[in-house]
Parts: sequence; C-alpha cells; structure tokens
Amino acid sequence: MTSGTIINIQKYSIHDGPGIRTTVFLKGCPLKCWWCHNPESQSYKQEIMFFEERCIKCKACEGKCQQQAIRINDSFPIVNRKKCILCGECANFCPNNAREYVGKNITVKDLMKEIQKDEIFYEESGGGVTFSGGEPMVQIDFLNEVLKNCKDMDIHTAVDTSGYTNWKNFNKIIDKVDLFLYDLKLMNNEKHLKYIGVPNNSILENLKKLSDIGANIFIRMPIIAGINDDNEHIIESIKFLSSLNIMQINLLPYHKMGMDKYKRLGLDYNLSGMEKPTDERMIEIANEFKSSGMKIKIGG
Amino acid sequence: MMTERVRKLREESLKAIPYISMERAKIVDEVYKKNEGSVSIPVLRALVLKELMSQKKLCINDGELIVGERGEKPVATPTYPELCCHTVEDFQVMNDREKIFFKVSEEAKKIQQEVIIPYWEKRSMRYHILNNMTQEWKDCYAAGIFTEFMEQRGPGHTVADDKIYKKGFLEFQKEIQESIQNLDFHNDDEALDKKEQLKAMSIACDAIMILGKRYAELAIEMAEEEKNPNRKEELLHIAEICSWVPANAPRTFEEALQMYWFVHLCVISELNPWDSFNPGRLDQHLYPFYKKEVECGKLNREKAEELLQCFWIKFNNQPAPPKVGVTLKESGTYTDFANINSGGLKADGSDGVNEVSYLVLDVIDEMRLLQPSSNVQVSKKTPQRFLKRALKIVRKGWGQPSLFNADAVVQEMLRAGKTIEDARCGGTSGCVETGAFGKEAYILTGYMNLPKILEITLNNGLDPASGKVIGIETGNPTEFESYEELFEAFKKQLHYFIDIKVIGNRVIEKLYATKMPVPFLSVIIDDCISKGKDYNGGGARYNTTYIQGVGIGNITDCLTSIKYNVFDKKNFTMSQLLAAMKCNFEGYKDIQNLVKNKTPKYGNDDDYADEIMQEVFYAYYNEVNGRPNGRGGVHRINMLPTTCHVYFGSVIGATPDGREAYLPLADGISPSKGADRNGPTGVIKSAGKMDHIITGGTLLNQKFTPTVVEGEEGLDNLAHLVRSYFKLDGHHIQFNIVSKETLVNAQKNPDEYKDLIVRVAGYSDYFCNLSKVLQDEIIERTDQTF
Repeated sequence: MTSGTIINIQKYSIHDGPGIRTTVFLKGCPLKCWWCHNPESQSYKQEIMFFEERCIKCKACEGKCQQQAIRINDSFPIVNRKKCILCGECANFCPNNAREYVGKNITVKDLMKEIQKDEIFYEESGGGVTFSGGEPMVQIDFLNEVLKNCKDMDIHTAVDTSGYTNWKNFNKIIDKVDLFLYDLKLMNNEKHLKYIGVPNNSILENLKKLSDIGANIFIRMPIIAGINDDNEHIIESIKFLSSLNIMQINLLPYHKMGMDKYKRLGLDYNLSGMEKPTDERMIEIANEFKSSGMKIKIGG
Repeated sequence: MMTERVRKLREESLKAIPYISMERAKIVDEVYKKNEGSVSIPVLRALVLKELMSQKKLCINDGELIVGERGEKPVATPTYPELCCHTVEDFQVMNDREKIFFKVSEEAKKIQQEVIIPYWEKRSMRYHILNNMTQEWKDCYAAGIFTEFMEQRGPGHTVADDKIYKKGFLEFQKEIQESIQNLDFHNDDEALDKKEQLKAMSIACDAIMILGKRYAELAIEMAEEEKNPNRKEELLHIAEICSWVPANAPRTFEEALQMYWFVHLCVISELNPWDSFNPGRLDQHLYPFYKKEVECGKLNREKAEELLQCFWIKFNNQPAPPKVGVTLKESGTYTDFANINSGGLKADGSDGVNEVSYLVLDVIDEMRLLQPSSNVQVSKKTPQRFLKRALKIVRKGWGQPSLFNADAVVQEMLRAGKTIEDARCGGTSGCVETGAFGKEAYILTGYMNLPKILEITLNNGLDPASGKVIGIETGNPTEFESYEELFEAFKKQLHYFIDIKVIGNRVIEKLYATKMPVPFLSVIIDDCISKGKDYNGGGARYNTTYIQGVGIGNITDCLTSIKYNVFDKKNFTMSQLLAAMKCNFEGYKDIQNLVKNKTPKYGNDDDYADEIMQEVFYAYYNEVNGRPNGRGGVHRINMLPTTCHVYFGSVIGATPDGREAYLPLADGISPSKGADRNGPTGVIKSAGKMDHIITGGTLLNQKFTPTVVEGEEGLDNLAHLVRSYFKLDGHHIQFNIVSKETLVNAQKNPDEYKDLIVRVAGYSDYFCNLSKVLQDEIIERTDQTF
C-alpha cells in the first residue's frame, strides 16, 4: 500500500478552492521561499516543534530522551538536533504539549477514510479535497494514488502547487485534478533564484502547458512588500497571465503568522521585521488586474 | 425601520428596572381566604384569574398600539405565593443580588411578612412538593444529581396554535357549555369532576373578556383626556379593537396581535408556567390577515412591521418571575423563553415561508431584544434565500434567531405518535423542545446530571462532595477488569437515580393535577374542553414528560478516557487515575495532559469517542423513554441545559477527562470545552451520530469569530454547515459569533457593553447579566477560527 508523509489534515478549509474542503498538507518542498509561513512543510523528514511559551521547565523531556539529545540549560531544554532520532518520546510525555511531532506517515487507505468523513459537507457546498504542502508534486506516486481514489469516490479535487516539477508529473495526474491552485511568485528569474532558491522557467512553462490543455486554474500570488509588490512584477504578471486561460487570481498579502514556527523548529527567519503590505497597495494591485479584465480576489 | 414611537417604547423597556409587584399576591390571597373550601379547586383557580383581571391596575403606555401589561407597568413582576411563598430573606436576596435582581420595597416586604407568609407558608406547591418527596429524592436534589422544575414554577412549556385567530372566547364558552351538557352522569364516574373543570374554564373565559372590556374602557377614558389628535384617534382605535377581541375572533392583523397578547397575559397571570407562553408559528397565523388586508389596501408592510415591533416590546416588558436557589442556578435569566417560530412546513407538508416570515426576520433584526426569543424552522423545502436572511442576523452575533430542522422535528413527533398534521403544525419552544402546538402538554421536569452519576459510580455509591452514600453499591472501580464492567455499574446507578426522579415526577404531577389546575390554559389547548379535563391533569391531546440529560460531552470524554488509557493502552491504572482526580490533578499533570490532550474526544468525528457517546445516549434513553407519567402519557428525553451545566459542574470534583473540580460542564450536546479540535465539521459529524429523532430536542452551540463568516462566502458556508447538520437529522444548531477579544473587554468594562447579547444555551442573554463563571465559560468555549 502506498503511503505518504503529511503534516496535517485541515477540515472545514474554506480558502483553498470552492466550498467546504479538507486540505491535506503534504510534507517536503524543493523551494525555500523567504516568506514561507509553513516552514515545517519544507523538510521531507519528520520533525519535532518546540513551543517555548508552553514549556513549564519540568525537565520531563530530558529524562525521557534515550539519545541524550536534550540538555537542560537554565532549566530550559535545548535539543541537539544532530543527536535527535525523532523517536517522539519527549513529545508524548511532555505534560504541557510544548513538543509537537510534525509529520506523519499515512497510507492512502487511512487518508481516504479521513477525507471521506466530510463528504456530506462537500456535497452540500460544492467543496472537496485540496492537496497542498509543502509541494504535493514531490510525493507524486502517493498523490496520484489518492487522487485516483478521490475520483473513484466522485470527490472534487484541487492541487495547490508551486509548479516546480517535471511536466511528466503533471501528465500523470491531470485527468484526476478538477482544479489547480497554481502559485506565481516572481516573474524575474534572478529574484526568483535569490528569494526562492530555484529558477522560474519550468514553473512558467508548466503553467502555460496546463493552460493550453484547458485545465481549471486559480493563480495564487503572495505579495511581499519590497520583494514582489513592485509595478514591474505586477505588469509582467498581468502580461503573462492574460495570455493564458485563468479562472481567477487570488492575491495573498504576506503575513507574519509563520514567524514563531521558525523558532520552534530552530530555524532562522530571513524576513524578521517585514511588515504586511498595506491595504491601499493591495487594492491598487487588485485594480491593475481588474482593469485587464481578470477576476481577482484579495485573500484565499 | 424603527419608527420614533417604537424607538421610544423600546428604550423605555430596556431601561425599566424590574421590581416585585405585590398586586397579584394580594388578590390571590383575598380570593383564597374568601372562597377556599366553599368552591371546588378548579373553580377557585378560575375565580383567582377572574378577580385578577377585574381588579388589576391597567396600563396603556404612551404611544403603544398593542396594549396590556402583566403588572401595573412594564417589568413590574408579580409573585405566585400559591406556587412558591418567598421568605423575607428571599426578597432581600432578590433585591441585593448583582445579576437578575428584582427591587423589593419595604412595603412589599411588610405585606409578605404580615399577610402572605402566615397564610401561604404551608399552602404553597413548593411546600407540598418538598413535603411529599422521599429522603432519597431530597438527597439527590441536594447533591445535584437532578433538579426539579416544578418547585417554583408551574408546568407549562406549551404554545398556542391557530385556534385563537379563528374563535373568540364567547365561542370557546359555547363549546364548554356543550361539553357540560354532554356529560354522562349515568356512566362516567368522573362526570362531576369534569363539570367543575368545565365550569372553571367558562369562568376563565369571563376573566379574559373582562380584561378586554376594561382595556376598551380605559382607552376611551384616555382618549377623552388626550390633547394630541393623532394619539386620540389611536386610543379610540385601541378601544374599538379591545371591545371586539378577545370576546370575538380577530378580523384584522392588528386584532390578531391584540388577541394573542390578551391570551398571553392571562396564561402568565393565572400561574407562572415555565416558558411563559408563546404564539409559536406566528408567521403562519398572521399571514391570512396580512394577505387579505394588504390586497385590499388597508395595511402595508411598514404598518405591519410597526405593529409587530410594538408586539415584540410587550414580551420584553415581562421578565421571568423571580427565582431563588437551585431554580435560579438552572435558569439564571430574565428571559421567559417565549420562542417565536418562523418558516417550517404547512399542515399539508408544503413550505411555510411567506411574506410575514421575512417581515418577522426584519423585526428580530431591528428590535435586538432579549425577549421574545426567536427561531427559524428550516426544512429541505425552505428557500435558501430565507435561510441566508436568517443567517445574516445570526452573523451579527447576538444569538438570535436559532436554527431548527423542521423535517427532524416532524419525524420526532410522528415517532411519538402524533398525527402528521399536528406534527407539521408544531415546532419548537422554550430552548429547543419539540411540541405539537396547541395540543400538547410537554412538561420538562428537571435536568439529569450524567457526569455526576459517573462520579458516584467511581465512588461505589458515595458522593465525594458530601461524604454521604446516595447511590447504590456497584463495586470498587479499581477491581473492574474491563470497561464493560464499569459501564454496567454506571447503568445500574443510572437506573437507581432515574427511578427516584420518575417517582418524584409522578407525585408532583398528581399534586398539580389536584391542587393547581389551570382552567384558562385548558381552554386553548386541545382537547381539554372535549375531555372535561385540566391541562395539568391530562386534558391535552398529547401528554409528555421530559427529563433533560446534561453533560453528554463530558461523560463521553470521561468514559473514553478510562477505556482508552486504563483498559486499552494501559497508560495508567484506575487507582492512579482516581488518585489524580482526588488531588484535582495537582502533582499529576502528566496524567492530566494525557487525558486532556492525547486521548480521543467527542466532537472530532472520531468513532472511538463517538461510539461511547452513543452508548451513554442509548443507556439514558432506554432508562427514561416510555416510562408512564401520571397524565396518561410517557416520559421521554431531551438534551439541553439552559444554565444548568454551570451548576451541575459546580457539584462535581475533578473528572477522568482532565476537567478540574467544579468547572462547568459542556452545554447541551456540544463537546466539552476545548475538546473539539478539528473544526465545525468534526463537531457536526460527532453530534450527528446521536439519534436525534428519538429525543424531544437537542441543543448544539458553535462559536465562531466574525472573520470566519465574513462576506457572501462566509454566509454560504454557514448555510452549508446548517444544511449538512440537518441532513444528518441534527435537531438544532446555534452560532455565537463574537470575538474572544470583545468578550474579554465586555467582562472588564460591562458599562460599555450593556447591549452585548450572546447565545448561552438555547437562549440568548445580555453578556453583562451572566455570572462571572458563565462569562468565563463562554469566553473559553472553543473559538473556531480557520
């Protein structure tokens, strides 16, 4: 039985496609966006998050760790992530849930069971299931298998992707995907390399091919002040997108919600101090798109 | 739009300070002293009402179009010494308490002390009830195993149907006479009793007609004095209406409202029945009048709206009569639970939504009053536009209207043996109770504290709070070898306690039937006239007795916790768990964390927990459902708490689900606090696994912050949630849409948030009127943000 690694199954998801949906977050991503608000989705491996504010300094975790990966400093636990084998014992025994295990292996069968639990809401609302991440295309065999099962069950499917993958992966799943939520982050390749860590040519090519085939596409554009809220990027995007067949564009203003997660994972955050774009700027950008005749929405 | 007239009346209603009026007590006292022993009890009760309606001070408020107050002016609140004879200390408490107070004058205290107490102390129903209960019953009552509804208020819980819009009281009186003439003194041993009941009903008809006539006279008097020509004309018009209804059937929209209001006043003056009284399917009753008058140009939407608004204010002017002790704890509110239904189905099964239904929603939206409560009956035939219009009001976050599944309500009634027409013309009242309007006496008798019964089970019959043995010995829980053994022990305790409650109920029903008939209410509930029987004595067509289950979310999580941690995973032993509970988890934070955070919980669509919920639900259902009551009907269950979940929590120590001692229980069938972590669909799926159709109502609360329900999409999603829950046969759902921040601020600065209304449990209340514990509980209820 095929299985995959997921972070979370989010029920009553109302911003990831039409209707009431279940969003499955798959773990692992080839991109490293500076603004990523789900840093726990980047690594392909399971991880343990530490919520500093929940720690009651009881030292229970130190005693439970078989690898001696936890040492107490000023009655606060410090984890040596090199020694840690992610057995999860410290998370199980933390009396205040200051440690949470991120990432779970799940079989297609078990995942389908969870997805099907909310079928009545999908039917009523015209919703379904959305696969997000991370980058769901990374676990293509698992994704393909789950999509096939969803189609057998007549459940509406959406895939939220960065597009950074080999076209043949799209080819595998395209007949089982009712809607693509496709990210468009930076038109400028140099900047793309700098802020995301990979070039953007395959992303743009794949999007064009999807459009040519006639797939249903919603474009999702994160807007980060000083990085991609400049007129040049907006005009380039409009030029590119108006040549394609796009149903709707969602502008997603940068938010800081992910900031604490970096700390919990022991990672650095490149954008500390970054503010969210102003409402005025968001409206200006939205108007640019509108005047080119595109259906635009601020937010998911 | 609110007219200037309505705005003023509304403001006066809101700022009026509730106080105790002794007018009623004095009249009741006089009538009893004069007539007790010389007439039959039903006739005595009818004479009480007749004297009340003949002597009470009348009141027409400036500018109002619908007239009549229960007291001498708005929010003047009478006492009912024949039900509950308050001590002078009770009066002091009512006067002094911070919440739900009633101001009591020195004069009132003096009357109570010198006139009322000496005569009524040992004549009140409360006295008779407590005197007739067994020691076991009293121990359970003191321990908080169950509450008793009838110790301070009368049975009622019923709703008007359409008959008062088709017949006047002269016609009712004629029917009563016919029924007397048809009595069979040759063969019917009860013929004389019936004659007395019917005589009393006829006197009760006189009482309401006297009230109407007196209001007509007062309006004429006031018109003569009135300088403003417009108001003069209005008063003359009121006089004209009051000299027609209630004696005759209403001819116009306005007369229909006035007719209902006179009926309402008589029901709540005769006794103080639970849930006061209720026009029920108001949109259905008013529509024929509305349609006819609008078509001939005598009425327009604006005028109808203003009349309805005036009507609304009348409800708000009548706070629930003062309660004390446990009754106050289980129902701590000024709301008297008149709960107006809109939408639903017609008798022929077609969609009931009409223009008046929309009009009623507009009135609810604009009036924003605590009373009356309002609800929308949603069937699969209900137009989406209507549901969304209702949800737009819900989204404003003050807790009205609540939403009911009309199709489920009909099925519940059919299962209980009602005809399809009676079922379709029924609805829900009080908090969430299903009833055949105008035809059923459905009496709620008290709440049953399910988690407390588990606590007693885990202590082998002992109540740890009092140290008394109040249950039976069902074995030392540390010796149980399986979860099933524990559950069997729980079922034995449950059986024992339900026995005690049901016996108590039957005795109390008999006491009410013999000592406290309600001839007026009997006139308007089928088939009291044709049977010659009182409402309290089995005269209604359907007679149901409810015991309301409380804390299903908590008991499910408690049993799940034990099954999962002690028996399945062996995370700790029963002794360890009991020790942790005894210490209120002090020094056992690891166990508390395991049971609180790492154990399956009801409310997440997790079958492990939800199957245990079903098991407890059926155990309760099987224990109660079908036991005969004393009025020719049976006992049934429903699942609602009013404010009792706070009181019930306060008598229970720490529980196996990690809840600390004395904290509130979950309300209705909602998951316990913080247990639902998978969002609203998880809650709805879990709650949908209960068999709602075999109950007489269940209550589910969901709290959202405003951002979740923003915009057209937010509204659509809310509607989808409602429709999905109703597809699963869910009975009722209600939403609280207030940010946590707002609530915290309101708690700190009550003066700035005086008008903040929140959903409590099946009804709404001013947040600032709630006790601190209840406020905290509402703040803590899971905030669903996604």
